[in-house]
Amino acid sequence: MDVNKTVGQPISRLEGKLKVTGAAKYAAEYQVENLLHGYVVNSPITKGKIINIDIAKALAIPGVIDVLSHKNRTKLAWFDVQYTDMDAPPGTVFKPLHNENILYNGQPIALVVAEDFETARYASTQITFEFEQEAFETNLQNNTEKGRPAKKGFATALKPPPPPPTGDFDKAYGQAAVKVEAEFKHGTEHHNPIELFATTTVYKGKGKLTIYDKTQGTINNQLYVANIFGLHYKDVRVLAPFVGGGFGAGLRPQYQLFLCVMAALHLKRNVRVVLDRKQMFSFSHRPPAIQKMRFASDINGRMTALGHSVYAETSNFEDYTEPTANWSHKLYPSPNTLFEHNIVPLDVYTPMDMRAPGGSTALHAIECTMDELAHKLKIDPLELRLINYSEMDPSSKKPYTSKALRECYLQAAEKFGWSNRNPEPRATMRGNKLVGYGMATGIWDAFQFPARVEAMITKDGKLVLNNATTDIGTGTLTVMTQIAADELGLSLEEVDFQYGDSKKPFSMFQGGSAITSSTGVAIVVAAKALRKKLLKKAAQMENSPFKNASDEEVIFNGGNLHLKNEPGTYVSLKNIIAFNKGKAIKTTNMGKPHMLKLRKYSLATHSASFVEVEVDQDLGTVTVTRAVTAVAAGKIINPKTAKSQISGSMIWGISKALHEETIMDDHFGKYINTNLGEYHIPVHADIGQLDVIFAEERDELINEIGTKGVGEIGLVGMPAAISNAIFNATGKRIYKLPIHFDELI
Amino acid sequence: MKRTETQTPSHLQQGTCAVNIKVNGEEKTLYVQPWVSLLDGLRDHLNLTGTKKGCDHGQCGACTIICDDKRILSCLTLAVMKNGSEITTVEGIAHGEELHPIQQAFIDHDAFQCGYCTPGQLCSAIGLIKEGKANSREEVKELMSGNLCRCGANIGIIDAIMQVKDGGNNE
Repeated sequence: MDVNKTVGQPISRLEGKLKVTGAAKYAAEYQVENLLHGYVVNSPITKGKIINIDIAKALAIPGVIDVLSHKNRTKLAWFDVQYTDMDAPPGTVFKPLHNENILYNGQPIALVVAEDFETARYASTQITFEFEQEAFETNLQNNTEKGRPAKKGFATALKPPPPPPTGDFDKAYGQAAVKVEAEFKHGTEHHNPIELFATTTVYKGKGKLTIYDKTQGTINNQLYVANIFGLHYKDVRVLAPFVGGGFGAGLRPQYQLFLCVMAALHLKRNVRVVLDRKQMFSFSHRPPAIQKMRFASDINGRMTALGHSVYAETSNFEDYTEPTANWSHKLYPSPNTLFEHNIVPLDVYTPMDMRAPGGSTALHAIECTMDELAHKLKIDPLELRLINYSEMDPSSKKPYTSKALRECYLQAAEKFGWSNRNPEPRATMRGNKLVGYGMATGIWDAFQFPARVEAMITKDGKLVLNNATTDIGTGTLTVMTQIAADELGLSLEEVDFQYGDSKKPFSMFQGGSAITSSTGVAIVVAAKALRKKLLKKAAQMENSPFKNASDEEVIFNGGNLHLKNEPGTYVSLKNIIAFNKGKAIKTTNMGKPHMLKLRKYSLATHSASFVEVEVDQDLGTVTVTRAVTAVAAGKIINPKTAKSQISGSMIWGISKALHEETIMDDHFGKYINTNLGEYHIPVHADIGQLDVIFAEERDELINEIGTKGVGEIGLVGMPAAISNAIFNATGKRIYKLPIHFDELI
Repeated sequence: MKRTETQTPSHLQQGTCAVNIKVNGEEKTLYVQPWVSLLDGLRDHLNLTGTKKGCDHGQCGACTIICDDKRILSCLTLAVMKNGSEITTVEGIAHGEELHPIQQAFIDHDAFQCGYCTPGQLCSAIGLIKEGKANSREEVKELMSGNLCRCGANIGIIDAIMQVKDGGNNE
């Protein structure tokens, strides 16, 4: 019988109307009675101690309620481990207002609480601090001798260190026929979602809190608050139904949450704390990195040696690490390899995952080095990738569950018109613009986290699902509704997926391109259990035609349960619930990765990006006129929202290559361009034509729905493709990002 | 016409100004201190949180509203400057349940992801179309460049505006 499927259909976002009418409410937008406003004071020094705080003047301002600092904060949890969170790197987590020590510039050192926002902000300028300053180090380049491998911890599972060396790298590299050595530098980047980090805490008395928070993990932050403030976790409810962008910044609880909750408990009042844009640069960032590449091949272009050594920044209190040197050998076979990832502790806040952490940094260096090698070999850059194409993962020697990278290369090259490329640099003009073509490969993880979903059929025959995940703009609500609708043969209107609430069944934070596979699989598992329960109940009905029917002999469609062989014999879900005395039939189930089976495989998404740039001959300004990215990421649940994920991350690639960077002034140990006027991200005028292709990739091994995630893979290949196109246009190799016009004149 | 009046915290009674504005067709009186921005006036005093705060100093465009037929940045405007003005925010674009064509085009073109810059993009787009200066796609891109989108929904946004600008015949 004909069952209408919604998976694979380009469904418009289901929350679209709420977002275009202003009805969608974000963390700072909940109106609660007698609300107090908190404003954070940040450290102007980089390292040292607070000797004295004078708050008398601030307290005398009418409307100021209190000023909280390490001197008068409430009693807090004793052990470091109680401050930890699901995404904490190994080390000692930062504890706001813990003591007088200053660990980094911009560290929160006080919270002013007042009856209105303007008064709190003004009073924050009337506090006098005395500091004792100490010498500090914030420059990565000057401190690489401090580099060391990261300590291992909980996070190591998601971010393994690079694999051990194979063969004899030094000998092979020394004797190689063709080789390229290069050093790549990347600056610091800040996530900068347009929504400011904010928390509204509703004080409900008796140790109970309802918290509207900007986060990518409701349960992560619920546990953080409960642990630190000694509350029962059931008394802490964290809600984040709408999140104005995260990009990784919401993977850990940020300090406005801590300060807002502390103030609410201390004052027994409702409190809101919103950071300003400058303060958005005072927590978490993509770390600057220095990458030393040594790649070699035989004269036919077959790789003989891969060397990738990374020095990346971390803080002096946590060992943040990201996968960088791990990637080249997952793509290209080579008998001799040498990989290192070293972290350099500096007096900064701990870096944090930012869209495609590690991958977007590493693939830039890897794919630019491959391009340089291709140029030396006089082999087309795409041809060099195909010469070294591997069906299996050379680094683990395991097969991929699926890998349609070849299709990505070929389809994107065809759409782009790669065959028209002139291999000669600085040889193609369009008016006074130098034109260049470049390409690069992308690879990213295909994660799945455990997740629990409650699924129920209610008395009106609707399917209600509950899960604690957020929807940070990725389309989670829409794709989960699609998956669930198909599982029970319902229309999208008959499915209500409820999320963004820590009270709902477990979800990890929304990161690593993992949620579609995580919550999606849990929905499939729960739906299967729910179908069984519905059939069992239907079989108990009077004269039921389903008495002896097995799961395989029935089908759910159009709000009814049918016999497969006699579609005319059916009972409606509504009637089954009516027979259940109107009580919803429900189930809660866990979806989890099939670890045992998957241990034999390597898991990854792949992409190929092709880019055309125009470089002004006189001014050096770069325009990405058009780009094509083909992605192999398993099944695409919703081609419309998935395409937006890819084109959005391609724009992140343009931004990384040409626009964004946070500049550190090492004399002061502080970032100097902490605003959106000087921290550049692309504007509409910077964006040319972007095409997205999803290569067909059937993956029956990876999980129940065959998905791999699309949140990050679109970014990974773009920076290198742009750099390579700039080389093709100008003949200049720029070994740093972002690339500025003055470097091309 | 219904008139809404806002409450002022007791410590701020002195020096408070009465600001009469018409917002989305309704007469409102705001009692605010002279340093309260129009953005905070709308969000915190009138509970019109559809207008967004992304930077609070004129760099991101999330707070764009339509004031006396022009698109303006409400974060760079003090509420007291707009006494007697007529304001349309994202909450006032639709006609009841019927979406404005630009709102529908944003949904159709997937012109947003997280949705936070969207109200500013929508108001800016309506202002841009009314100005009548932008003819080509390139001009629309240029004149919409004061509205940042971090999710990278730029292409959908410009596609949606081009469709509405040309009366739905463009795409």
